[in-house]
Amino acid sequence: MTEMTTDQLEELRDRISLFKQFTGFVRKQPLGTAGGVVVILYILMAVFAPYITGFDPTENFYQNQFVAPGMQFPMGTDEWGRDILTRVIYGSRTALFVGFTCAIVGSTVGLVLGVGSAYYGGLIDLLFQRVMDVFMAFPLIIMALAIVSMSRSLHLPPDTSVYFVIIAITIPFIPRCARVVRASALAIREIPYIDAARANGFSDARIILRHMVPNVMAPYLIMITAFVGQAILLEASLSFLGLGVQDPVPAWGLMLRNAQEFIRTEPWIAIWPGVAISLGVFGFNLFGDAIRDALDPKLRTQ
Amino acid sequence: MTKLLEIRDLKTQFFTSAGVVRAVDGITYDVAPGETVAVVGESGCGKSVSAMSILRLIPDPPGRIVAGSIMFDGKDLLALSEAEMREVRGRDIGMIFQEPMTSLNPVLTIERQITETLEEHLDVSKAAARQKALEMLNLVGISDPERRLKQYPHHLSGGMRQRVMIAMALACGPKLIIADEPTTALDVTIQAQILELMKELTRKLGVALIIITHNLGVVARYADRVNVMYAGRIIESGDAVQIYHNPKHPYTLALLRSVPRMDQARGQKLRPVSGQPPDLTKLDEGCAFRPRCDFATEQCARAAPALEEVEPGHISACWEKAKVGLVEAVG
Repeated sequence: MTEMTTDQLEELRDRISLFKQFTGFVRKQPLGTAGGVVVILYILMAVFAPYITGFDPTENFYQNQFVAPGMQFPMGTDEWGRDILTRVIYGSRTALFVGFTCAIVGSTVGLVLGVGSAYYGGLIDLLFQRVMDVFMAFPLIIMALAIVSMSRSLHLPPDTSVYFVIIAITIPFIPRCARVVRASALAIREIPYIDAARANGFSDARIILRHMVPNVMAPYLIMITAFVGQAILLEASLSFLGLGVQDPVPAWGLMLRNAQEFIRTEPWIAIWPGVAISLGVFGFNLFGDAIRDALDPKLRTQ
Repeated sequence: MTKLLEIRDLKTQFFTSAGVVRAVDGITYDVAPGETVAVVGESGCGKSVSAMSILRLIPDPPGRIVAGSIMFDGKDLLALSEAEMREVRGRDIGMIFQEPMTSLNPVLTIERQITETLEEHLDVSKAAARQKALEMLNLVGISDPERRLKQYPHHLSGGMRQRVMIAMALACGPKLIIADEPTTALDVTIQAQILELMKELTRKLGVALIIITHNLGVVARYADRVNVMYAGRIIESGDAVQIYHNPKHPYTLALLRSVPRMDQARGQKLRPVSGQPPDLTKLDEGCAFRPRCDFATEQCARAAPALEEVEPGHISACWEKAKVGLVEAVG
């Protein structure tokens, strides 16, 4: 400790402040922390799925049809004799893959378009905003339905269905993120360092990507966390309507769809995927809200 | 002596819903290599717009350079393509802004702020750019530059940030630096330091400097030549001694009277320039300063006076320039 340079001291201070920020977050946002725990559990569940359960989520066992929850199958089995716990666990892979991909791709495209629109301003901005308005005019689910229906006419194998679900959910996210980011970027645009960057002879692309984008990270991160929950819900909705992922891919919405027939006699087939969806979306939303509050400088000072 | 920058009859206008704002209305001046030229005037007289016009950074729409020419180092800046213009910005012409607190990007380290310009304009390696950044920080008198390179703008005080801005402007070895009110946002003590630094460095490196200010104290100490602007026009131009000791335009005279001087009688009150600057959308054919002028006559309403020589190298645009003098000011 005696021979510490200023650099090391500063690094240590940064590390301590990071730890303090973390404990501060836990203390001020107990619900958000709970959401964060759910998020982490879901991610672990998706990553380590084969190590948690010994069953194959797609293999059928006709001798085990409609087994009620018990010792052998904690959540019971479905009409094909598949273990529901296994399918719920593997379903998290589909849900999180779709959720994160849509949220990240949708927000990132929206981020670049929104900042670009704000930077150029004038006619470009006006036209861009009107195009975004057109996209926003469609309810999210209708838009997604239209895109998935179009993809169906291509007659592709069922395991590609998930990619169309991703496209269908991502496209409506783009204008929503672009609009929020543009509002922040318009304010950034007026700060002299952007003029200074132009006076330094930087290209438009460099100013947008290197100078403006990093300054609108807060709304971007908030949009991502909010979108993950929404995307999981949308994927489940589309699958439930028969327009999302297709059998035998394990997906919660699809499990709910198949469980409809048996809900009176074998309710566990419907309950568990329903719980998985609700808890997941709830966790992501709580976490997202907490992140938003933590990143909002007006709330942070309290 | 060949000129580095020749501005001829430059007109920049803003087309707004309230009418055409003639922000810069036909200005002409030269800057010689290594020379320090001050552009003086009150807020809204077009001094910043004239500077931004040189770099072609006027937001379009609503603004546009409608006439004139800007010759810089043998090139007509107004004829260059946008890509060629980007090469000039930051490399041949550096710019220092008014607000050091907001002119540095808060998310980039000091190192990145300086090296980015170098990498954009000169073909240098990362290590060489870093070395150059260190050198520049040393040059502008920032202590412990190794540590400063890793810091972010919010770690630095206003004066230090302005030093970083100067380092950035000088990094690529420009021929001209435009400083738009570089000291307005700083403490008075820091102002003097920054001005000294700019003067010393531009002398040492042979860089020409256009300093835009409303502070005549700055002019007296640091400028070789002074252009006084009013309502988008240059109304008086001369070397600093001539302007300061022998103003030949009522506006210059009024400006000089409004700042305290060491050589004035004790207890004498400062006299602000009365009235408001004119609305640049509603200028008539007469002299724009007429409504606020003590010397105004009927002739001033009929036509705007042209710039005429009053002594070698000293020009003024006033019908009554013979009557204008500092003797009257003291009385």
